[in-house]
Amino acid sequence: MTPSERLARFLVGFAAIFTVVFLMTPLVVTVAVSFGSSTVFTLPPPEWSLRWYDKLAQTRGLLPALAVSLEVAAVSTAAALVLGTLCAVALVRGRFPGRDTIATFLVSPLMLPGLVIGIAMLQGFKAMGLRDVHGSLLVAHVVITLPYVVRTVAGALSLFDFALIDAARTLGCSYPAALMRVLVPSLAPAFLTSGMFAFLASMDNYPISIFFTDAWTKTLPIQMLQYVEEQPDPTIAAISAGLVLLAILALVLGDRLVGLRKLADF
Amino acid sequence: MRAWRDPVALLAVPAVLYLAIVYAFPLILLLLKSFTGPAGLTLQPYVGFLSDPFNWRVIGNTLRVALWTTLVCFVIGYPAAFALARAGLMLQIVMLVSIILPLSIGVVVKAFAWQIVLRRDGVVSELLVGLGLWDEPQRLLFTETGLVLGAANIFLPFMILPIYSVVKLIDPRLSEAGATLGAAPLYRFSHVVLPLTLPGIVSGVAFVFSMSVSMFVIPSLLIGDRFQTLATLTGRSFLLMRNEQLGSTTAVILLALAASIVVFSTWLARRLGGDT
Repeated sequence: MTPSERLARFLVGFAAIFTVVFLMTPLVVTVAVSFGSSTVFTLPPPEWSLRWYDKLAQTRGLLPALAVSLEVAAVSTAAALVLGTLCAVALVRGRFPGRDTIATFLVSPLMLPGLVIGIAMLQGFKAMGLRDVHGSLLVAHVVITLPYVVRTVAGALSLFDFALIDAARTLGCSYPAALMRVLVPSLAPAFLTSGMFAFLASMDNYPISIFFTDAWTKTLPIQMLQYVEEQPDPTIAAISAGLVLLAILALVLGDRLVGLRKLADF
Repeated sequence: MRAWRDPVALLAVPAVLYLAIVYAFPLILLLLKSFTGPAGLTLQPYVGFLSDPFNWRVIGNTLRVALWTTLVCFVIGYPAAFALARAGLMLQIVMLVSIILPLSIGVVVKAFAWQIVLRRDGVVSELLVGLGLWDEPQRLLFTETGLVLGAANIFLPFMILPIYSVVKLIDPRLSEAGATLGAAPLYRFSHVVLPLTLPGIVSGVAFVFSMSVSMFVIPSLLIGDRFQTLATLTGRSFLLMRNEQLGSTTAVILLALAASIVVFSTWLARRLGGDT
């Protein structure tokens, strides 16, 4: 090995380890704090305890907020999967002008400041006469989830060989049956990846949700930020640890079903 | 216009119509409102906003923090992307998990974690004292350095992944060919590897910069109200001050900033011949 090769190898190793430690630090710290007995985030904690997990049950507003977040994420992801897949088919298979522009338009909510979109929607919905907070929240969240589905499903469709559908029909499948038995299974990884990221993006969203909340409708991030501002104690760390666990489960599932490397495709 | 008769195009109608009503129309309304005064079209809100030196400080804060965050992300993320592409199988899996896992966790959780990390008795302070770089523990929370560090941590995956997606396509034999022809390592890097990774750099930088410009939760938790950026000022003027005029003005400036980053980076990526 030449000295420069050895240096290159050392740098790669150093960069890798530094990145892993840097990225994992906040997660490890949160989980560690959540199992400590100290009220003031001392690390390492003087004693290990589960008191913050006990306190979770008494934290008011937590479960309703979780329920709202899960419901909104599930409904908006399902809606995005339907709307987004139809649109992706049109973008990949259609022969009409302006497809690039339409694709950019559909993905653009990902690239613009969420806060600005939220403010615009707040005023726009008011102008259109939509006053129901819960309904507005659902309608708004489809805008968050739709870009993920369009982007990923269009990408997968452009790699799909449509001759396979003709082959299935030659072999006696009806057109809908051919779609269901050939196209849908080969798009399954794309549905899963985009569905997962869309769901998580909706669960996580703060800047748009903040404009569609009232005393009864609060999503989890909004309720959590309120706790952080009002009474910052490790109960929040316990909630966070729960969410970390949820993310790990999603990741294991994603790895089993489509592979880790596919999830990193950007 | 026979092309329009393609029936497949109709499948795009529901999604496009939905976004047009729920997303594009409100944005256009916001734009129009911000240019409308009591006496019709006006630039008055913008002239008023820009003639206040405080607001220039806000714009300065926004751009400075975004630039530093992007720089830190790039300095860590560029070598990390190479490490990810060249690492052995085990290390690669560990790296992938540590990149994707934080991506699947909410920004409120991560910003809260950084509140703990940046305390006077936090991990960063103890590390720097332990390394002998600091004489005594210091609080990084509620400082600009702390904000940049936290934001860079949260946005880092968005720098690594686009660069990784081009690095993994580079044929290592290209660099070896350069070596055979007598090029020094540094020359090989700057003339072979760097140009090939430019499209990835452009998209990573554009991602991180535009997210840093418009971040709202991270500065609220890591630096507080005394430090205002365009995004926090926009949020505050709607949520706390109920000053919709000011909020609309800053929102449109923020929108213009974000849109120009997207347009410029797309143009640049296309010029560089990348298709990312």
